Amino acid sequence: MKAFARLLERLAFTPGRNAKLDALADYLRHAPDPERGYALAALTGELELGRAQPAVLRAMVGERVDPELFALSYDYVGDLAETIALIWPTDAAPEDLDLPMIVETLQDTPKTRAGPLIAGWLDRLAPSERYALLKLATGGLRVGVSARLARVALARLGTPELEEIEEIWHGLTPPYQPLFDWIEGGEKPERMGLAPFRPVMLSTPIDRDGLDALDPAAFTAEWKWDGIRVQAVAEGGERRLYSRTGEDISAAFPDIVAHMGFEGALDGELIVRRGTEVAPFGDLQKRLGRKSPGKALLASHPAALRLYDVLHWQGDDLRPLPFDQRRARLETAMADLPPERFDTSEILPFDDWDTLAALREAPPQAVIEGVMLKRRDTPYMAGRPKGPWFKWKRDPFIIDAVLLYAQRGHGKRSGFYSDFTFGVWEGDTLVPVGKAYSGFTDEELRRLDRFVRNNTRERFGPVRSLAPELVVEVAFEGLNRSTRHKSGVAMRFPRISRIRWDKPAPEADRIESLRAMLPPED
Amino acid sequence: MPDPLLSPRPEGLYCPAGDFFIDPSRPVRRALITHGHADHARAGHGSVLATRETLDIMAIRYGEGFAGQRQPYDGPLTLGGVDVSFHPAGHVLGSAQIAVTRGEQRIVASGDYARVSNPSCAPFEPVPCDTFITEATFALPVFKHPDPADEISKLLASMRAAPERAHLIGAYALGKAQRVIMLVREAGYDAPIYIHGALQKMCDYHIAQGIPLGDLRPATMDKTEARALREALVIAPPSAFASPWVQRFADPVIGFASGWMQIRARARQRGVELPLVISDHVDWTDLTRTVTEIDPAELWITHGREEALMRWAELEGRVARPLHLVGYEEEPE
Repeated sequence: MKAFARLLERLAFTPGRNAKLDALADYLRHAPDPERGYALAALTGELELGRAQPAVLRAMVGERVDPELFALSYDYVGDLAETIALIWPTDAAPEDLDLPMIVETLQDTPKTRAGPLIAGWLDRLAPSERYALLKLATGGLRVGVSARLARVALARLGTPELEEIEEIWHGLTPPYQPLFDWIEGGEKPERMGLAPFRPVMLSTPIDRDGLDALDPAAFTAEWKWDGIRVQAVAEGGERRLYSRTGEDISAAFPDIVAHMGFEGALDGELIVRRGTEVAPFGDLQKRLGRKSPGKALLASHPAALRLYDVLHWQGDDLRPLPFDQRRARLETAMADLPPERFDTSEILPFDDWDTLAALREAPPQAVIEGVMLKRRDTPYMAGRPKGPWFKWKRDPFIIDAVLLYAQRGHGKRSGFYSDFTFGVWEGDTLVPVGKAYSGFTDEELRRLDRFVRNNTRERFGPVRSLAPELVVEVAFEGLNRSTRHKSGVAMRFPRISRIRWDKPAPEADRIESLRAMLPPED
Repeated sequence: MPDPLLSPRPEGLYCPAGDFFIDPSRPVRRALITHGHADHARAGHGSVLATRETLDIMAIRYGEGFAGQRQPYDGPLTLGGVDVSFHPAGHVLGSAQIAVTRGEQRIVASGDYARVSNPSCAPFEPVPCDTFITEATFALPVFKHPDPADEISKLLASMRAAPERAHLIGAYALGKAQRVIMLVREAGYDAPIYIHGALQKMCDYHIAQGIPLGDLRPATMDKTEARALREALVIAPPSAFASPWVQRFADPVIGFASGWMQIRARARQRGVELPLVISDHVDWTDLTRTVTEIDPAELWITHGREEALMRWAELEGRVARPLHLVGYEEEPE
């Protein structure tokens, strides 16, 4: 329990992804089996424990601590598990308890009896381990570790590559003994589950100049749709919808899963589609935000797949086939699929790059974010091989905004003001429209830092408000409506593309120009 | 009924019979001061009575002319018919509790105090009294500060695990900085420790008072030197992390030595990667133990989390009152 508690602390206080990965890999390398397997499952939310309810914990602590003192403490600390871990009165010298023993006992204990059991353990642990136990028992670790991050950490432990781990991940159950055996040099585990995820093939970016080196006849082109990449797998009666990184998102899309009456694995874009109209990304986001959507949302925001590849079909692995042949198989397969949920991504006609460039300039729908290029003769390869697939994105949106707030960065940017909030004019006031912390060089970072220090108006902890003097050109990929932001808009992937030291703040853009970029309201 | 021996006033705690204030927050004619932290020891009083060390510290902080007159405490004295004596508080160098006695009645104003061992000052001395005035900085039952030696071993382990990242530990200039240095020395670390310029005078003063801090060097190295350091330990006041001074270090580990670091949200708000729970105040256990031990007829509470301590007193059947003094920092760590 000590090592796991220490890991939770490191994950909680470490800001950077890389440092989190180091902490995880370090723990997974040294912790024994089956502890590390249970810990991994707990971190990624795959551990099904009895789930001690907050009410059970409150009752438990109510027997040991005056309720008023507890309420004052909870109010101050702000986190139930942390408050209990700190306040728990005990005289005994702390021991270390075995994590697998705790997990297995909790799994075998009915919810109603979890309270006294946990209380008995709390008596024997130190505060940090008490915190870990309570987080484990309540199931809310929230330390910023996704299943994806955990798999990246696993890939650092031994020879198996990330893609190989992703491929066998689904179907494995905690504490993942076969997985650890394999990572440490043993046999690769058999794929356990039906309808497994297959690691996806990804594209690399290209621009107009890069295309000149390529033969247009060797490529097909499709629109790049602004949805999310998914894999729909139906095999042996099991149906699963996976995200690009192998997260199972089936539960959020029952309207798709219900119609997956095929035997195979399809690759495509998940979108919200009403008739032939593909809805803006914001509509899909509403669906992504709901783990189990209600009837009304399913009706107003119907999900669909726009398919572009087939990996498996009726028992055959089609990945070794060249793209052209897979595409032909996909078109044949479409005959079995209900058209209101599935269609294919259109192949664009072009003979030379200029023709394609013209198409890209004038897409038929606003939600198209560029074109995809795929070599006709290459098989489906996991990962991001350079050469067979390219994305040629539409040019980003650009606005001129004024820097309003700056926050100090972490890690290599310690001590530098590197995270910026910027705004545009609404009437004669500036309204914040987004945040950016990239797009500038190290030299520009130093200049920006100097600007912040010389133009600070107020300080709030690590944040400073600035005199509205400096204009930056902000590039972003799209704009959604937002009820959370005062401005009513939310940018996608904003970054600072240029610093306009020369431009006076009154000449920055106005909110009206941004609103004009919004997709039509539904 | 005679005047009360001590009573709260806008300027601070006042003794009408002796015509003096204890730790007043505004300039007064005569001040008795418990210790040198800025929220207790302010400049501009007519005269100041304090321990010799506290007077020295005030002179370092505010310059020699910080008060009209200064009177080092050198034993019990009488002021306007009131007996006054100073007793160690175990908080920082020079810190004292002030006992005020008239006839049979004694009140002890403890200032800030701690019960854990601190080699820079004499240990807290419980003084029997009718009224004990206590701080309540960490007066919530969630505050149970761990053994500082364990916190220091966390720091040293982190330095070994990431030798290329300088460890920058935030610590306040008076007391905490020297305490961290001494704890690190006790743990066997004898390499040079780099200190921010704002700590220099206070560290020099501790050394002059016979408190060994080992090899200290100014953290004024340039970028190339800073980045060549291995397993480097740098102590700085927390405010330095907002200044360009910190930019010379590549990817530093930011730590903070404070009792507040026990609360995770506090550490995260400050962007602290390595929280070190090291405090120079009593935690809940020591505070309630101290009150029980002294067993005063009344408990007066100055600043901090008064509600929780009031509730505890109620549960214990003790008479207690909050003084609601103004001017003490919400977070004096």
